[in-house]
Amino acid sequence: MSVTNVLDVKDLTVNYDNLPAVDNISFDVKQGDCLGIIGPNGAGKTTLFRAILGLQPYSGNIKLFGYEDSKYDSIVPLIGYVPQKVTFEPNFPATVYDVVSMGLISDKRIVQGVKLIQQCDCCWNRIYQSIEKNDDKITQALHTVGLESLRNRRIGELSGGELQRVFIAKALVKDPLLLILDEPVASVDVESQTKFYNVIKTINEQNNITIIWSSHDLDAISKYANRVACMNKKIFFHGEKEKFFSDKELLKMYTESSMQMHMHNHEH
Amino acid sequence: MILEALSYGFMQKALIAGIAVGLICSFMGTFLVLRRYSLFGDGIAHVAFGGISVGLFLGVFPLWTAFIVSIFGGLGLQKLRQSTKISGDSAVAVVLVSGLAVGVILVSSSGGFSVDLFSFLFGSILLISQEDTIMILALSAGIIATLTILQKQFLHLTFNEEQAKLAGMRTTLLNYAFVVLASITVVTSMRLVGILLISALIVIPNITAMQFGKGFKKTVFISMSISVISVVSGILVSYFLNVAPSGTIVVIAVGILVGTLLLKSTGLLGKIDIKNPSKLTHNS
Repeated sequence: MSVTNVLDVKDLTVNYDNLPAVDNISFDVKQGDCLGIIGPNGAGKTTLFRAILGLQPYSGNIKLFGYEDSKYDSIVPLIGYVPQKVTFEPNFPATVYDVVSMGLISDKRIVQGVKLIQQCDCCWNRIYQSIEKNDDKITQALHTVGLESLRNRRIGELSGGELQRVFIAKALVKDPLLLILDEPVASVDVESQTKFYNVIKTINEQNNITIIWSSHDLDAISKYANRVACMNKKIFFHGEKEKFFSDKELLKMYTESSMQMHMHNHEH
Repeated sequence: MILEALSYGFMQKALIAGIAVGLICSFMGTFLVLRRYSLFGDGIAHVAFGGISVGLFLGVFPLWTAFIVSIFGGLGLQKLRQSTKISGDSAVAVVLVSGLAVGVILVSSSGGFSVDLFSFLFGSILLISQEDTIMILALSAGIIATLTILQKQFLHLTFNEEQAKLAGMRTTLLNYAFVVLASITVVTSMRLVGILLISALIVIPNITAMQFGKGFKKTVFISMSISVISVVSGILVSYFLNVAPSGTIVVIAVGILVGTLLLKSTGLLGKIDIKNPSKLTHNS
């Protein structure tokens, strides 16, 4: 039986005003991967994620679980996506519990998506337990991210790190098949970052959820990812983490392109 | 004295209809305020004015034409926001003046302002008939039931539209359902406080409730309570003082808001336990 990848990206290009933000990239993600996408600011990481989720027009080919975008309506709800920043009214009258419960999707939707994925030739053996009680699911998700004690706290009163964990819990509560995290620790202090990465590791290893996350922190990628994609509009490397970190040329190229981008950003 | 007031049929009808309207305005208003559609009520009510004028001009029951024209106005407003780069408040302004302009033209060509039109402009809760009361009750029950069924979807949509879309919600359809429901709420409620004051019932109890800093369900509950208290006490006070009920209801709602803001500024508000309002908690 052939194995279907969780994600296949082929010749993907996204242009803003005729300038490429993502330039003809191809890579794949296998089930159980924890893929760290590394690249400087403006490298097109967020644009890539938005294209994968069907929020951004593109040219090229993207397949999720072997399916192209015509089936997105059924598959995207099974993906947990945590954007770099979620904007909401500061006085929004919602508790941590309220926000996490928004992540629950209707059983009908889950069944549609799972049926589709199981029909395809993918390695998915999972039988969906969708009848679990919603409250238990929310409690479990809050436990995974270590926020049980804050369940009744209003979201406007949380710190940046706590908020990020709330949104991870919101993404986790629907038992996602794939979790996409866009620079998840960008606004989080160092101590919370370690906690956060440990949560990611647990989700990937114990819950067997495929994860794609972006960062420009080489250290974190070397510690917590098992595969690496290095991009700056184009993909310079895609493969095993060890290979990336043992290749001095690649590391040098990444650091230089990162520096150039940094200087470019400062000039503007 | 209050019992004597309550023994009158017109007072009973006014209170029953008033409570129903208070509940729908505050429930719908929670979403409207959070989506920064605070003046949506005003916009739609002015479109309803156009609709009423159409009804009076054609000699049809004006409330029905108001419903039809307002729903189209709401859908037009949503379309304007979605397909052009016109911002929410500007879109409301366009729809508001369009409705008003059509209304003024039709009113002038049908011989000027009538008593009927005045009752829609300033509310006429004490004059409503039994049929009106039944219609308000039926529509309110429908609105509350729909909002209860769709509240999770509307909450997600209000919180972050893109996230709601990624969760598999049909956001375009939900947005249209939202404006239709909001338009029906506005037109149903117009008899109570009138076209000119309808926004007060949608906005004020909600911004007051949000000062308490609670979760969604508690905020909706507080908002509904404030709304019902304002309506009931407003109708009773206006009866005893022989003043306009619509204005009295709004002045009481504003009074509660000011009181809440004062309590908040003194730090007392955060200490009130909603489940047990008489006790002050010590852990906050």
